[in-house]
Amino acid sequence: MSAHVNGRPPRVGDAPAFRRALIGIVLSLVAIVIIAPLAIIGYQAFSQGLQVYAAAIAHPDTLHAIGLTVVTALIAVPINTAFGVAAAWAITKFDFWGRRFLLVVIEIPFSISPIVAGVAYLFVYGLQGLFGPALESADIKILFALPGIVLASMFVTAPFVARELIPLMQAQGRDLEEAATSLGASGWRTFFSVTLPNIRWALLYGVVLCNARVMGEFGAVSVVSGNIRGQTNTLPLHIELLYHDYQTAGAFAAASILALLAVVTLVAKVLLERQGAGRARRSPALAAPRAAPKTASAEVSS
Amino acid sequence: MARRILPGFPLALGITLVYVSIIVVLPLGALVFKAASLGFEDYWRIVSSPRAVASYRVTALSALAATVFNLVFGMALAWVLVRYRFPGRRFIDALVDLPFALPTAVAGIALTTLFAENGWFGSVLAQAGIKVAYTPLGIMVAMAFTSLPFIVRTVQPVLEDLDPALEEAAQTLGGSDRSIFLRVILPLLAPALLAGLSLSFARSLGEFGAIIFIAGNQPMSTEITALLTFIRLEEYDYQAAAAIASVLLIAAFLMLAVTNILQARALRYTARG
Repeated sequence: MSAHVNGRPPRVGDAPAFRRALIGIVLSLVAIVIIAPLAIIGYQAFSQGLQVYAAAIAHPDTLHAIGLTVVTALIAVPINTAFGVAAAWAITKFDFWGRRFLLVVIEIPFSISPIVAGVAYLFVYGLQGLFGPALESADIKILFALPGIVLASMFVTAPFVARELIPLMQAQGRDLEEAATSLGASGWRTFFSVTLPNIRWALLYGVVLCNARVMGEFGAVSVVSGNIRGQTNTLPLHIELLYHDYQTAGAFAAASILALLAVVTLVAKVLLERQGAGRARRSPALAAPRAAPKTASAEVSS
Repeated sequence: MARRILPGFPLALGITLVYVSIIVVLPLGALVFKAASLGFEDYWRIVSSPRAVASYRVTALSALAATVFNLVFGMALAWVLVRYRFPGRRFIDALVDLPFALPTAVAGIALTTLFAENGWFGSVLAQAGIKVAYTPLGIMVAMAFTSLPFIVRTVQPVLEDLDPALEEAAQTLGGSDRSIFLRVILPLLAPALLAGLSLSFARSLGEFGAIIFIAGNQPMSTEITALLTFIRLEEYDYQAAAAIASVLLIAAFLMLAVTNILQARALRYTARG
């Protein structure tokens, strides 16, 4: 206990034997729980050689699934981003009745099972749902088609951009924007030249996480897509189909693309966190107006 | 009430309300409407059927076991990342979020392959007579994987901000590491731990993608509630699907309420300190 660690007196848990044992146990568990799943994807994907891997990826159904996943993300992510920015602007720059309630409603999809989300969409657009019969007679296909997949993806990721921006913009207050407008800048100019530079990394952070979830969503999409091979199969659904067909190498080849996306997402996350993104939400002191009494908004929020 | 100085309020709030109404409120409302249109007797008959009750049991118990595992492992991981310096620490710190970044279907087939009887871990465990894949233990493994980051990420910032003076004071008073941890550090972490626990438990209750591959999906023993909902849909039994989905929805709202209360308490706690 008398040994100094990094030039300071030992703190709780700094005893060398304890420290070594705990690091050893935790790292072994990390290897088993986190690294092994990642390793087995690569191992299985290439288990039958590079040619089988390339053939599995180049299969028309797999290529179609990749295309559908990318198209879904290209539609859902920008719409969701626009919503996230609008919600953050409304909630952090203004005080209105029901503000806190709106915050809770935006966070709801985060705590709801994706299966429940899928079922819920069935009861809106399905034949047994609210608009189903009307849509059927107008010959508009939402379920078991691209619009349903996009809607379900937008549900599960609705909070992703907003929850990165709201704590940050809450902490930044309104002074800068108020100064800009009082000097005659328009609303859009204020947003693009004052607000956006301050939130760009957090915004990008939310977009990256949103994109990862949209591309990887399984439960909600599997209910609304109908799993039609070569038509409405997104990449995660295609993986399930191949896996249950005992095409293990093909399933893992397709999975390796999504695993690569996950790794790229993690790298982007680390780089963005170095720019300060994601910190406002992680630090409890900034997350709540109550705990940050110096921000302009705190005095009004109850 | 301050006067609205900044522009864009009607537009921003308008977009927000329209989006939230169409994307979140309308579908959930439709689901509640569908479940409510069943009538109490039919509703009760479906949600209290033996197969449904068995699915609640296996879902809740596996989620509980996974959460307890994550409580211990998550806290140890957060502790190691915050308090110790070792090579690869930042790499491990980044990897903690993998379960959130990795699509659940991918996690599902990876875990199943690892824990199947001929898999890397499954073959070792099989020699000890432990079966993981296609048993309730497999459900627990999948739930523990997908909800691991919650506890690490709620405890980590609190541990980072912990005032060393508190520990030093306890040390000068002659406290052993063990008693300082239990009596000084743990109580300070408790609000964050509880908030992380409830997030982790809620996520496990609703998890679907990672579990269905590894669970075996036998009615009455390894069938989770989310899967039962899905099966009822495939049987075109929409009323039963609505009723069982509404149970998951109610559980989610309860957990959301618990989490919000715990988080508000956790914030009050840190704000005071």
